Amino acid sequence: MTTQGSSASQTSDERVPHVLEFPGGYTRSTGPVIGRFLTGLRSGRIYGVRTPDGKVLIPPTEYDPVTAAALGAGDDDWVEVGPAGTVTSWAWVDEPRGDHPLDRPFAWALIRPDGADTALLHAVDSGSKAAMATGMRVHATWRAERTGSVKDIASFAPGEGPAEVPVLAGEAELEPVSVVTLPHRLEYRLRPGTVWNHFIDGMAVGQIRGTRCPTCGKVYVPPRGACPADGLPATEWVDLPDTGVLTTFAVNNVPAAGAPEVPFISGYVLLDGADIAMLVLVSDVPWQDVRIGMRVKAVWVPEAERTRSVKNLKWFAPTGEPDVPYERFEEYV
Amino acid sequence: MRDVAVVAFAQSEHSFSDLGWTEADLVTPLVNEVLEATGLTRSEIGFTCSGSNDYLVGTPFSFVAALDTIGAWPPISESHVEQDAAWALYEAWVRIQHGDIDTALVYGFGKGTVGDQVGISSLGYDPYYLAPLVPGHVAMAGLQARALKDAGFDVDPDPTPPPATDGAAAVILAAGDVARRVRARPAWITGIDHRIEPHSVGARDLTRSVSARQAAERAGVGSGSGAVDFAELHTRFDHEEVLLRRELGLDEKTVVNASGGPRKADPIMATGLIRIGEAAARIHDGSAGRTVAHATAGPCLQHNLVCVLDSEGQD
Amino acid sequence: MGNRCAVIGVGQTAYRTKRADVSLAGLVREAALRALEDAGLTFADIDSVVLGKAPDMFEGVATPELYLADALGAAGKPMMRVHTAGSVGGSTALVGTSQVQAGVHERVLVVAFEKQSESNATWALSTHSPFSASLVVGAGGYFAPYIRAYIRQSGAPGNIGMMVAVKDRINALRNPYAHLKIPNIDLAMVEESMMLWDPIRYLETCPSSDGAVAMVLGSERAASAAVAATGRRPAWVHGAAMRSEPMGMAGRDSVDPRAGRDCAADVYRQAGVTEPRRQFAAAEVYVPFSWYEPMWLENLGFAEKGAGWKLTEAGATAFDGDIPWNPSGGVLSSNPIGASGMIRFAEAAQQVRGQAGEHQVAAAVDGSRLALGHAYGGGSQFFAMWAVGANKP
Repeated sequence: MTTQGSSASQTSDERVPHVLEFPGGYTRSTGPVIGRFLTGLRSGRIYGVRTPDGKVLIPPTEYDPVTAAALGAGDDDWVEVGPAGTVTSWAWVDEPRGDHPLDRPFAWALIRPDGADTALLHAVDSGSKAAMATGMRVHATWRAERTGSVKDIASFAPGEGPAEVPVLAGEAELEPVSVVTLPHRLEYRLRPGTVWNHFIDGMAVGQIRGTRCPTCGKVYVPPRGACPADGLPATEWVDLPDTGVLTTFAVNNVPAAGAPEVPFISGYVLLDGADIAMLVLVSDVPWQDVRIGMRVKAVWVPEAERTRSVKNLKWFAPTGEPDVPYERFEEYV
Repeated sequence: MRDVAVVAFAQSEHSFSDLGWTEADLVTPLVNEVLEATGLTRSEIGFTCSGSNDYLVGTPFSFVAALDTIGAWPPISESHVEQDAAWALYEAWVRIQHGDIDTALVYGFGKGTVGDQVGISSLGYDPYYLAPLVPGHVAMAGLQARALKDAGFDVDPDPTPPPATDGAAAVILAAGDVARRVRARPAWITGIDHRIEPHSVGARDLTRSVSARQAAERAGVGSGSGAVDFAELHTRFDHEEVLLRRELGLDEKTVVNASGGPRKADPIMATGLIRIGEAAARIHDGSAGRTVAHATAGPCLQHNLVCVLDSEGQD
Repeated sequence: MGNRCAVIGVGQTAYRTKRADVSLAGLVREAALRALEDAGLTFADIDSVVLGKAPDMFEGVATPELYLADALGAAGKPMMRVHTAGSVGGSTALVGTSQVQAGVHERVLVVAFEKQSESNATWALSTHSPFSASLVVGAGGYFAPYIRAYIRQSGAPGNIGMMVAVKDRINALRNPYAHLKIPNIDLAMVEESMMLWDPIRYLETCPSSDGAVAMVLGSERAASAAVAATGRRPAWVHGAAMRSEPMGMAGRDSVDPRAGRDCAADVYRQAGVTEPRRQFAAAEVYVPFSWYEPMWLENLGFAEKGAGWKLTEAGATAFDGDIPWNPSGGVLSSNPIGASGMIRFAEAAQQVRGQAGEHQVAAAVDGSRLALGHAYGGGSQFFAMWAVGANKP
């Protein structure tokens, strides 16, 4: 039942995709200063904000970067700048991403619009790196579908312009911009660790595996790379039975993507021979009948359908044995 | 201020591909290594502080998993910064100044190989004006490199990114007599300071780093003999060395990044702490008398920490 | 420990479902300016800024201290960003306190915020790695089994949680900043609300709020100057501590965590508290789900083990009880997650400063008793607490 040594499984090199994306994107309320700037962009105009010492900041920040004074409260504090300006620095992009403003090679540039004292970051569509130079003159070009976003400027193009601002249908009826929606998707590829791999190899054959701390002797399931109490590597593997006692549980009525259909029971099961309860799904029993102290056993997918996945273990179901007195497992809750 | 020293430093054998390392693989061995190096037991550590970033692997509470691997039992006095662990070291140094504890454990860890670093770094920029464009850390550095080039500095205006790295580091700080007891040649922190500057890169003079200069002055880089044998700078891009040498007041006699620096290994959130550890290691091994470490965060060196280490304390 | 530290200014925003009128910077700025005004100071007087919030995924802004530096007047100053899960607001206050106690800084601005309306907390909290199962939906899904275990262990009547839910919402009616205002709330209304994570009903949970809180922490000298300038007295820190323990440790008591007991013991030792129920005039304790009041009453030593619910049942923790818990309405009434811990710390300070307005506990004002601020986070594993008083320690 016990295997010695770090018999880490090397059976999988697979890297598992993980996507972090809030559905629909973050909704950002802009406040009056950012909102006024974005409303201007929607109209095809670039506005800067004046600081008490007379500088014009672009993009307009809500607070003076040096003194922290609030900016932009009065109409007099706003100044239209550009649409042409000067590149003060730049960086070339050979391979644009899907979420970049341009789908062909371009330069990120700091552009100081005429009439402004600072520069804003945007894309310059120069066609080639050789056509880029600090000090070059550029002008804003505009998207037809403008929503009140920094991306309403399609990019900056070489020369004085100005570019035509395509008419935005119904613009006069639009409210000033106060909210922007910002989708942001991050993709990851994660490789499972050696401990996880060995655990999953067990699950593939219907075997629950844990680790034992060499110092305190406690058996952890799911297995741990290190003992949480002692901070030492866990090197000993233990095969555990798939029976145990339900130490506590919740009846979940809140639906969520990726979670089981509601109502579902999430519970802590102390497997026989383990020293810590494992979070599992409890099923094959009406939710009203689930009890603390109930004896349960794992329900597996049929052998022929098993994959290298935790999903082989469907859930835990009552065994019908008598309940275990609370005092017998209280310290494991 | 109490005399506090770096008395132990350990770092992982960093990886440039994802080997499936968990916190137990990254952090646990290093914590045990610095404890063994000092002979201190877990119960003798007065305060623990760590640095990490949830976005590196795309799940919240990265530090919770790490805490589960370091033997935090009985419960420990502990905190966490969502910053490079150099700032965790700063918090621990401040905590030791209270006078009621003499030791602290600091660690940082990060996996840079599993995510989209351009996308992740962009989330750290102004969420209305910059993040939606997804410029990323390399382009931001490029703006600074180009500004330096245009100002006449001999730098490559097209910087390349540091290697995506998985790794971690751990440090033990100790005060006064405890430091002298557990380490033959403690690396005394004679000054440590950090400063931030405005966020908007278009409103800054990118040929300067005002905050790095402020931190260096307050940490006392130029005070005393002023001579700095080694400096470990958080230069994720080559051109930053030119700028930082000037702002920190380092002359050509100072050897920068003898360890190879972040250009050779950049385990994000540990990279800055490693600079302090490497600068301390030069004192530990007797190869230096006075060293400087630097850590940074934000676009174009927005936030800078400077730590001066010396083979002799101030007492 | 170390030098004395005092709260010399407190500022809060109103807590609302959605603060559609401000940016992230505008939100933190509002709290910071109010704290500065309370202290009779401006940004120029501040030596250091400490920012706290819960996971960056709530707003989708990573390391937001970088962008927020300008709004908080931090240019040219040190700035820290703390993250210790739900306890972060408390931890942030303590990181700032530590800088004063260490003698490193004279005046520190600590700020904590959350703007939960920019995304959805349940989404962010339920985000998990592909190597773990999705069996926990939101914080309630995580804590419900432990609440069930507490009820089983203590034999508490099933209505205790509902009593807390009613009490804290009635308290919130006296707090102008509170988010949930339910004037006609009673036990029946709570009982009829939907069972979300059995045994947690909808009205036994905290809301999702936008909001920010800030404090100016000062040295003894800074406190004297603030009193002279404003006439408002400071709240002195008598004890402060953080404790953490592993989440998934065999034999760990998740219902009555040792880290919470140890943290309280450390604070009480520093503050000279041996009988918390008598020596505190008020407590602001992190109770995001109603049952955590009786659980923390025991964990913090206000009641014997298994008897916390009896204090709640007897009305001892009500506004007119002998030890009011959460006179502000607590987390159950306002929950900008990253700020919630610091709100507890700030409300405790306001009680001993005599600045709590309509929810001022009379017994907190005369200086003979202290107030407790408490926060916890993660899997009931991160704890931050302070004891504050009107007199110098």
